[in-house]
Amino acid sequence: MTPYVLLSAVLFTIGSVGVLTRRNAIVVFMCIELMLNASNLALVAFAKQHGDLDGQVTAFFVMVVAAAEVVIGLAIIMTIFRTRRSASVDDASLLKY
Amino acid sequence: MNTFWVLAPVMVLAALGILFVRKAVHAALLLAIVMIGLACLYLSLNAPFLALVQIAVYMGAILMLFLFVLMLVGVDAADSVVETIKGQRFLAVLGGLILGALLVVGLSQMSLGAVVGLDDANAPGNIPALADLLFSKYVFAFEVTSALLITAAVGAMVLAHRERLEPKPTQASLAAQRMQDYALSGKHPGPLPTPGVFARHNAVDTPALLPDGTAAEASVSRVLAARGTVRSAPAMAGDIADIERQLGEAPHAGRDQTAAATTEEEAPATTNRDEEAPTS
Repeated sequence: MTPYVLLSAVLFTIGSVGVLTRRNAIVVFMCIELMLNASNLALVAFAKQHGDLDGQVTAFFVMVVAAAEVVIGLAIIMTIFRTRRSASVDDASLLKY
Repeated sequence: MNTFWVLAPVMVLAALGILFVRKAVHAALLLAIVMIGLACLYLSLNAPFLALVQIAVYMGAILMLFLFVLMLVGVDAADSVVETIKGQRFLAVLGGLILGALLVVGLSQMSLGAVVGLDDANAPGNIPALADLLFSKYVFAFEVTSALLITAAVGAMVLAHRERLEPKPTQASLAAQRMQDYALSGKHPGPLPTPGVFARHNAVDTPALLPDGTAAEASVSRVLAARGTVRSAPAMAGDIADIERQLGEAPHAGRDQTAAATTEEEAPATTNRDEEAPTS
């Protein structure tokens, strides 16, 4: 199962670098989805490793939370875009000052 | 394991592509590749239910939601490359490399032991076994999930809701506005002219002809005009000449004069009947 866990680690790293470097809020969200998916892969791999379905149930819950998170996050992005005409994370900096 | 070695490079490449492509739509499509690969990996890991949920929820719902939002925000919303914090990109990549190296080295040092496999756990079938767990051991988490989903639905509704600041325009007010526009600027109060219907073309990209043989620009959609797919009147006159040649003889003697008249103008002239006379 080690290769699966390694792949999951690599995907998680790529997702975290994407969150830190990309400026478009929607792409940042996609990278968060990538990280969640990577953790799901690790959970499913460990479920097979231990012969236990708990990992799969947890991955299922992660998917539910990811769906709810995407709905709210995209609604927030749409609201910001409606008022500021921009989906860039750098433009939403009012709280800074 | 063959599935894994085929899919893993594709998935890593697609995930890396998300970091480098400029357009958000391309990133969404690359993410779709990663998710399909993950679904296949779930199948090979004895998790058919999760594979189907991955396809249905992630591909069907979440990625579609991403694409919808991209359409609303603007498909060509490219990323800016301006660094707002100095050295942030370099530090992020460095930190990512360190994190990746740490995880990969640490995980490859680790010995996981023999794989137990899911044959016993999946004995009654994957979905019945998952359902047993979900409704016994994890039933509280399952119930809390419903609260989460309701909160998300209400939150999305609240965020997407917009208060109406001005009264909704009624049919009477719209008609009054139209007549006022006509009185002030001479804008034609009636509907726009329909697209033209000719010998070979009854498509919406064919402008109608005015009585003097020129094309009525208002008869085709502005979107088509912006894309540059509107057939101009001279081109159509060429079509008419083609058809007449195919028929062998000109069935309408008068049509030739019209065609000759329109071919002389390169671009269809803007003869807007609306602009001519601001009456009264």
